[in-house]
Amino acid sequence: MTNVPVEGIAIPDIAHPEPQNNWRKYFSFSTDHKVIGIQYLVTSFVFFLIGGLLSMVIRAELITPQADLIDRTLYNSMFTMHGTIMIFLWIFPSLVGLANYLVPLMIGARDMAFPRLNAAAFWMVPIFGILLMTSYFLPAGTAQAGWWSYPPVSTQNPTDSIITGEFVWILAVAISGVSSIMGAVNFVTTIVRMRAPGMTFFRMPAYVWTVFSAQIIQLAALPALTAGAIMLLFDAAAGTAFFNPDKGGNPVLFQHFFWFYSHPAVYVMVLPIFGVFSEIFPVYSRKPLFGYKVVAVSSLLITTVSVLVWVHHMYASNTPGWMRMLFMATTMLVAVPTGIKVFAWVATIWKGKLRLDTPMLFCLGALIMFVFAGITGVMLASVPIDIHVNNTYFVVGHFHYIVYGTITMGMFAAIYHWFPKMTGRMYYEGLGKLHFALAFIGVNLNFFPMHPLGLQGMLRRVSSYEPEYAFWNVVASIGAFLLGMSTIPFILNMVGAWVQGKPAPDNPWRAIGLEWLVSSPPPVENFEELPIVVSGPYGYGKSDPLVENAAALKEG
Amino acid sequence: MDSSISTEKLDGAIAPHTAHAHEEDHAGNSMFGFIIFLLSESVIFLSFFAGYILVKTTTPNWLPEGVSGLEVSKPAINTIVLVSSSFVAYFAERALKKENLLVFRLLWLLTMAMGAYFLVGQAIEWSELEFGFSDGVFGGLFYLLTGFHGLHVFTGILLMGIMLFKSFVPGNYAGGHTGVDATSLFWHFVDVIWIILFILIYVWQ
Repeated sequence: MTNVPVEGIAIPDIAHPEPQNNWRKYFSFSTDHKVIGIQYLVTSFVFFLIGGLLSMVIRAELITPQADLIDRTLYNSMFTMHGTIMIFLWIFPSLVGLANYLVPLMIGARDMAFPRLNAAAFWMVPIFGILLMTSYFLPAGTAQAGWWSYPPVSTQNPTDSIITGEFVWILAVAISGVSSIMGAVNFVTTIVRMRAPGMTFFRMPAYVWTVFSAQIIQLAALPALTAGAIMLLFDAAAGTAFFNPDKGGNPVLFQHFFWFYSHPAVYVMVLPIFGVFSEIFPVYSRKPLFGYKVVAVSSLLITTVSVLVWVHHMYASNTPGWMRMLFMATTMLVAVPTGIKVFAWVATIWKGKLRLDTPMLFCLGALIMFVFAGITGVMLASVPIDIHVNNTYFVVGHFHYIVYGTITMGMFAAIYHWFPKMTGRMYYEGLGKLHFALAFIGVNLNFFPMHPLGLQGMLRRVSSYEPEYAFWNVVASIGAFLLGMSTIPFILNMVGAWVQGKPAPDNPWRAIGLEWLVSSPPPVENFEELPIVVSGPYGYGKSDPLVENAAALKEG
Repeated sequence: MDSSISTEKLDGAIAPHTAHAHEEDHAGNSMFGFIIFLLSESVIFLSFFAGYILVKTTTPNWLPEGVSGLEVSKPAINTIVLVSSSFVAYFAERALKKENLLVFRLLWLLTMAMGAYFLVGQAIEWSELEFGFSDGVFGGLFYLLTGFHGLHVFTGILLMGIMLFKSFVPGNYAGGHTGVDATSLFWHFVDVIWIILFILIYVWQ
């Protein structure tokens, strides 16, 4: 391919040869960002299944008010491992995998800036996962202090050995942190320095903007968690007293370290999904992204505000009143750049020529659930409401609308949308729609009941509860099993289509963007010659055959 | 779509060889990546400092029982040596840019020696202290901060050793070297961190 000007013209694809499946490369130490991207995606999906099975056990336990299925120690271990696996082994690595695959293609680079560092960062993920799983074989079992690992609960050690589940947990999370920092250095360097000629910042796809913003958060906030984890490790294993009030330590200090990272981490997780929305809505609406520049800059605004809001997780931790007020204000401020994005997506869909393929359905579903989560998020930012529902199922409901409803559903949208590019084959539309239907009903049945439960006062992290909470718990459990089942058509679809799906054209969605200019799957070096970019990323509607046709029909 | 820039204008502006140079700039990428890595590292230290200040200002029994404070004079001499070594490293880097390999090696070795002097001095101080790592929150923070910084000094010396070794490969260091620039930057970073640490721990008692 020679220097291809990127214009908003969909070029019809003619010949689509059978793509070659060389599965062995996915088990090797490859430095190709596309192979690493898929390695990340598949590995994290395996952990997603494990984390999902744990949640099935949790919901099976909660289907009756009594703790009659598993003992409480095991239950504690279940929710701790479920949270840890879903956040550190599913959401983070799958998003990094998607970004790994897409960013170099989207900005017209041959690879990431540091390919070997990239591969090393990936291989830490299975090491981290396996290390975490080994804690199931320890005498005292896995960590049980919840995914936030608050001291003093997390630093108590009932055994003689210093190798406790908690010890392994902290080590494993530290490895994940190192991997994330390596990834962040790589992404930021790649995006700043390796864009194709003509690809100015304001010609980058909105997805690249969100990855860039998210990785800046990693660099700015993750080290705080590292500092906290180092101290926690010494407290748990070496008898120091950083967080031990008996010897002068301050347990709330850990909460500051933890939330200084783990709140912005929410945006590390959700920003790239906002990017996915910004890519998918224009394609399936045949319209440019509304307010592209504002959407792009709003990502950076979210990045900035996100590191100024962490104390809203600590309203109930003896936080002074003035500080609560301050953080209530900054937290609510996040709604502004986020609202801008939602407005832009709705305006993009508005009067568009909608095509309800699976990726679009998942995006629409995820957007609806994100709006709902945003509303409950503003409620939680408010001190009086938060004090009332603190540590109840209301919080669990809210963040599951984000982590499953928005992020995981958005991730599925992305996988379906770029599946033809990644594998050179088309997925099965019918199975995709079945997956969406089951998941959308499942998510809402599973997580909506948690809101009334929380308002009524049901605490999170308990394995037994008062009988008056039974109704909503039964509904939630049915929803959870439905949600679990929704994964089956997805697996069938992905495996089946990858093995024997219809060969995909280079640009099946007639999308605009550098990644659609190369073959499906792309060649090793991405571009024979680097493209020269001459326009912005969302030229739909101009020279777009579909829209022009529609306009001509209307006029004629 | 940004239609204000025409295709001709861009095609004229970007010759094929520019595109080639664009992707081959590995040294620039490495330096850029290293700088943002250091920024990220500084957040770890900032977190420790913030934790130190928070605990010091809110804990009634700050020092462990029987400990009256830290002796300042020896660490002050150590500080002077470490800070001076940053200037030596800077001149070493300049000598390399002027392709004066001999001066570079001598000054680089001197920087390493000054770093080693600092580390030995700290080890002696540690061995003479009357409180341990697990003696209250002060003990923990003192050893954590100085130890974590010491680990960085050690890493810096190790990196300088590698750079020194590599300078004996003929032609390797002609006209400067990214590895030397990066190591030198790392060394300045470690120095700045120490100055803050010294003020926090020793001066503000």
